[in-house]
Parts: sequence; C-alpha cells; structure tokens
Amino acid sequence: MKQPQPGSRVVVAMSGGVDSSVAAALLVEQGFDVVGIAMRLWGEASESGCCSIDDFVDARRVAARFSFPFYVMDFRDEFRRSVVEPFIGDYLAGRTPNPCARCNQFVKFAGFWDRAVELGGEWIATGHYARIRRDESNGTTALLAAADPAKDQSYYLFGIRSEVLERCLFPVGEWSKPQVRERAEQLGLSVAQKPDSQDICFAPRGQYGEFVARQASVVPRPGNIVDADGQTVGSHDGVHQFTVGQRHGLRVSAPQPLYVTDIDAAAATVRVGPKSAVDSHQVTARQVNWLTAELPQPGRALTVKIRSRFEPATVVLAEVSVDHFVVQSERGLPAVTPGQAAVLYDGDRVLGGGWIERRAAAA
Amino acid sequence: MIYLDHNATTPLRPEVLEAMLPYLREEYGNPSSVHQWGSRARCAVEEARVQVAGMIGATAAEILFTSGGTESNASALHVGEATTTPIEHSSVLAWCGLRDVDVDSQGVVDIASLRRALTGKPGRVSIGWANNEIGTIQPMEDISSECRAAGVPLHSDAVQAVGKIPVRVAFVDSMTLSAHKLGGPKGVGALYVRKGTSFQPLLRGGSQERERRAGTENVAGIVGMGEACRLAALEIGAFAESCVALRDALWEGLAGVEGMIRHTPRRGCLPNTLHVRFDGVRGEALVAALDIEGIAVSSGSACAAGAGEPSHVLAALGCDRDQSRNGVRFSVGRGNTLEQMQAVAATVHQSVARIRRAHGGGR
Repeated sequence: MKQPQPGSRVVVAMSGGVDSSVAAALLVEQGFDVVGIAMRLWGEASESGCCSIDDFVDARRVAARFSFPFYVMDFRDEFRRSVVEPFIGDYLAGRTPNPCARCNQFVKFAGFWDRAVELGGEWIATGHYARIRRDESNGTTALLAAADPAKDQSYYLFGIRSEVLERCLFPVGEWSKPQVRERAEQLGLSVAQKPDSQDICFAPRGQYGEFVARQASVVPRPGNIVDADGQTVGSHDGVHQFTVGQRHGLRVSAPQPLYVTDIDAAAATVRVGPKSAVDSHQVTARQVNWLTAELPQPGRALTVKIRSRFEPATVVLAEVSVDHFVVQSERGLPAVTPGQAAVLYDGDRVLGGGWIERRAAAA
Repeated sequence: MIYLDHNATTPLRPEVLEAMLPYLREEYGNPSSVHQWGSRARCAVEEARVQVAGMIGATAAEILFTSGGTESNASALHVGEATTTPIEHSSVLAWCGLRDVDVDSQGVVDIASLRRALTGKPGRVSIGWANNEIGTIQPMEDISSECRAAGVPLHSDAVQAVGKIPVRVAFVDSMTLSAHKLGGPKGVGALYVRKGTSFQPLLRGGSQERERRAGTENVAGIVGMGEACRLAALEIGAFAESCVALRDALWEGLAGVEGMIRHTPRRGCLPNTLHVRFDGVRGEALVAALDIEGIAVSSGSACAAGAGEPSHVLAALGCDRDQSRNGVRFSVGRGNTLEQMQAVAATVHQSVARIRRAHGGGR
C-alpha cells in the first residue's frame, strides 16, 4: 500500500478558510510538493459566502507565503449538475437534501481528484476534520471521525470512493479548531481568525425555499396538510418548504404541537402528527458507498448518524447489500429525513453510508 | 523558467527602465507647471509623443496618452453606437451595442458582412488590428475602404499589432496602443485620433492632453512608452523574423500530439502567436500543468480573468462550449530561445498525455 512520502505531490483544495490554509501549510512543512487549487463552484460571485474573490485572494496569499503554485479552477458545471440541481430536485420531491455531502461525493473527491491527477498529483488534501488510518498489515485504508468530536466532519465524507480515499490526506483531522487557529496565528496567516463558513454555500441561510422556487424549472404545486387520521388541517404552497420533523411554519392550529411526519410529493401532501409519530424504528439507506473491504455482517450492533448534528445512535444492522442497508433501533430515531445521509460507524470508523429513503409505513 | 505569454504582457526592456528612472527620481516636475521642473517634464512628455507618433505614421498632435489600452478604447468608443466583431477584446465589446461584423473560421473579417453592417449607418466601426488570442491580422486596408465609402469612422484596437507588425494610421480614424505589450511599462497607453475627427473626452476636469484627457500625466510611464516605441520601430523587422523562427520551431515540436487543432492562421497572423486546442484537454489544466514545470502560457485573454470561462473568440469561430475551453496560447517574445521551444514542446507532449490519462486515457 502507498504511504504518503515527503517530496510527493499533493494537490490541496483551498477555500481561503483557515482549515485548508493550515492544511496546506502543514503539508509544506512536512516536505510535500504542494499545489493549491481553489474550486470555483458557483457562478455569481459573492452572492453568498463562498467562492468570492476575497476568499480566493486569501488562499492565493497563503500559497504565495509558502511559495507553492496556486490556481483557481472551474467546477461550476459539475457543481450545478451534481449538487445544485439535485438539491432543487430533492426539495421538490419532498426530500431534505444534504448538498455538502453530495459535493464531497461527486465534486470534491471525484472531479477534483481527476484534476489533481492532471497536475501530476499523487495525493489530494483538504481541510476537513476527519482522519485516515492506513494499515500496512492488511492494506486497508479506513476513514475515521476527527480527533475533536466537536468538529468531526466524517459524516459528510462517507461518499468518497475507496480508491480515492486511499489517496486522501486530512492534515488537520488530528487537531481541534482552536489548535488550528493557534497554528494559523503562529504561521502569521491572515485568515487565522476568519469566521467558519456557515450553512449551504450557494443558497442564503433560511431562504432555501425561495432559492428552490427561483431556480426550479417547474412551479411548486400547492397542496394539503393532513393529520394522522387523514383529515385536512391546513394547506401549503409547495412541499419544498417542509422537512420531516419540522414544527414551525405549518400555520395549523391544534391542541398539541404538530410535526411533519411525511411528505408525499406526488400527491403534494404534507402529513403531520404528534412528536411520537416523528420517530422511526427503522432506517433504509440506498446508493450506499462502502468504505470496508467486505460488507458488515447483518445482526451486528453499530452506530448510525442520520444527520450531521446528531449523536450516533446504537442500531442493529438488519439488511445489507452492495448498495443498500437497513438498520433498526429499539428506542426509535427522531425525524429520519429522506434526502439526508445515514452513515454507519463502528466506533470511530466510518463503514459506509447512503441516502435515506422515505418511510414505507408512514402513510 | 520560460515565459511564453508575451501577448498578456512583456518584460520591461532595460533601456526603457533607464529612460524612465530620472522621472521617478529627480525629474518629478508636473508637466503643467510653469517652472523649470515642469518645463523639463513637459519636454519629456512631448518627446515621447513624437516617438509614439513616428512609429505609426501619425503627427504628434494626434496622439493622446491614457492609462492603457482599456482607457484608450473607452475614450474612442464611449460616444455613439458602435458595431464590431464578436472576437474583440472585452474592453471593446463593453462599448459596442452591435456585433454584426462576422468573421470566418480563421477569425478574418467577412467584408460582405461588414458591408451589410455599414448599411445600418452605425456611429462607428471598431475592428481589432490583430486578435489577441489567435493572432489573426485583419485586412485593414479593405476594411478601411468599406468604412470610408460608407462615411463611417473606423476605430482599431491595435494593442497586439503594434511593435510586432507594421501598423500605419492611414487606414483608421482612431487607434489604441498599449505600452506594456511592447516592452514598456504597465499603466500607460495612447490613443491616436485623426486630425479633424470629432472627439469627446472620457475624463474631464483638466486641460491636459489638449483638453482630451484630464489628469496629471504619468510622466515616467509616458517616457517609457516613447522609448519602447522608438526601439520597437527600429527593430520591428528583425524582431518579427526572430519571433516567426521561434513560433515555427514550437509548432514543429508539437507535431505528433494527437487531437491538436491550430487556430492561428498559417498566413496573415502575428509573428509571435501560436494558438492551439487539444481535444479533451481543458486549457486551464494545461496552463497549470505547464506552470508547475516553470512554463508560462495562457488559455486565452488574461483579461477574461474568470477561471475556466469558455473563450468567446473560439466560440465565434464555431467551437462548441467544451472546445472553447480547450485553447492554449503560446506567445513568444524577446529573450526566448530555440532551445526553450524544444523544451516547451516536450513538456506539452508529456502534460497533454498525462491530462488525458487522468480521464481514463484516450479521447
């Protein structure tokens, strides 16, 4: 198996933020032949926080400071195709998308890897908080949660193909955010105190519904809000404004708080129910990407994360195949949301993950 | 390090720097001042005006100094409706509401379409003397006689032509020049305006440049431009010959690269420019790959700064969106050697092969 050796070429994805800046600096210090690339993902400069000219200048200054080549490269077509269009499609289909995980799966660790190879890169690196363990004895590469659970981003990385994971470096994965900022200060990087990026880079916070309505080629369809008994209790302007588990913004009056329990896009129907009806005892994930040499055995007790800010919950693996798995939870999992990822962990190791399917029994 | 991006900018010639230095040190007078400091600066500016005029067959009174090619184009085109071709520099396109002068697949103006455009009685026609990306030289004499017959003034952006091929103002009513494309400093250019042609200043608020361009003159820059023009006029024949030898050596060295299409015409092109396209190889990738090896080239106009933008020039020649991203421009100049051309050709062979391999070979 290939171990990263000083002198070999690493292509670093640089956003202009502190994490990827420190990652690049650390690789330079470790003696790698570093090339920086800023990915231009989304067109309209500075509409939102990402891909702004200022960010690229920040990244370029880090590259100049450490004397390595740096380029801005265009990923807008693949980002639109693989992230933005599915984001819109998911909302219109009643799902709640996870564009960051999709971006990692289909852009950052796919197209970006190809670009790195074009430039003679043997490795790629990012500023993600996750770790990689390369085991010489059995030739496996494992994706692990970050050392700092507060910043762990391994959930977002489940979609990296195994052959690409083997070539990934996450230089800040062993570090906490304060440590990264402190290192940036020591290195005199101007981005040391730059705020973390928030939310989705291409759509303004809290306005995803408006974004979908503006960008979608079809007009969202109005429909009914119905309760568990099938009684219509309200109406809505389009299912894209709802997510499973949502309580606010339903404009429905009821004696007890109501939560979205299911979204039926085909019928343009949003189902609501009491808090207890939001929990699921079973989660099905499709289009699974496995990061293990062999599929885990059914019946195993594992943990699952069903969204990024979620304490891993203990589950039993009920079904498993190359492209799907089903897990069961005795206690129930709150607001299992179609469109989000379900990522399986064995301790801190990511075994694989896939996209959550709508509950069959919900109706 | 091998610099092959002389159409973007050229190194400042040592003689030019020497000529400028006094005006950055002790000769700091304002040319509009009455005292001897001012008088000496005035003399230097007027001497430069004679040098620039002499190079292009104009009289000194027909030359006004500007901050560069972009300002010169804006000054010439900011009043009235102008028409142009679709392959012009963006600083021309920005001012032209019409683009109905067609070009053929080599980028040469189609005289019949010019004639049609002139029947619409546009306020002005603007035709770049030589194209900055692919190097096509326009038949200015034919274009001029069509415009004269129609009584429509002709402007030409001659930034890429001046210093590389003989350029005479006899064919045009106004013309743009830039110092840094011919060994002069950045931030200074000139506009030729034929005596008797109506002209409205872009910058007002001062009587400098015969009330055609307000603002204290960039004395050192103007002196540098004068010296650069003087030298270029003396050397133009030998310079063009040496460029052709270098360019043709590079072209021969590239022979055998599969899927290579030459966009620079075999005849009627700038002596120093070679624009080619490699199927399946994005220009930005090849530019970065060559830069890592210490070779500077461009994937189009340096002014179309957006990474990965398809070239509007290639699009106008009939290339599709992907093809329009695959262009690479080599532009040779002073200081390049035949040995360098061999080294560049060899590196292009390797880089193109590697980039294609990164996408699974072939293509």
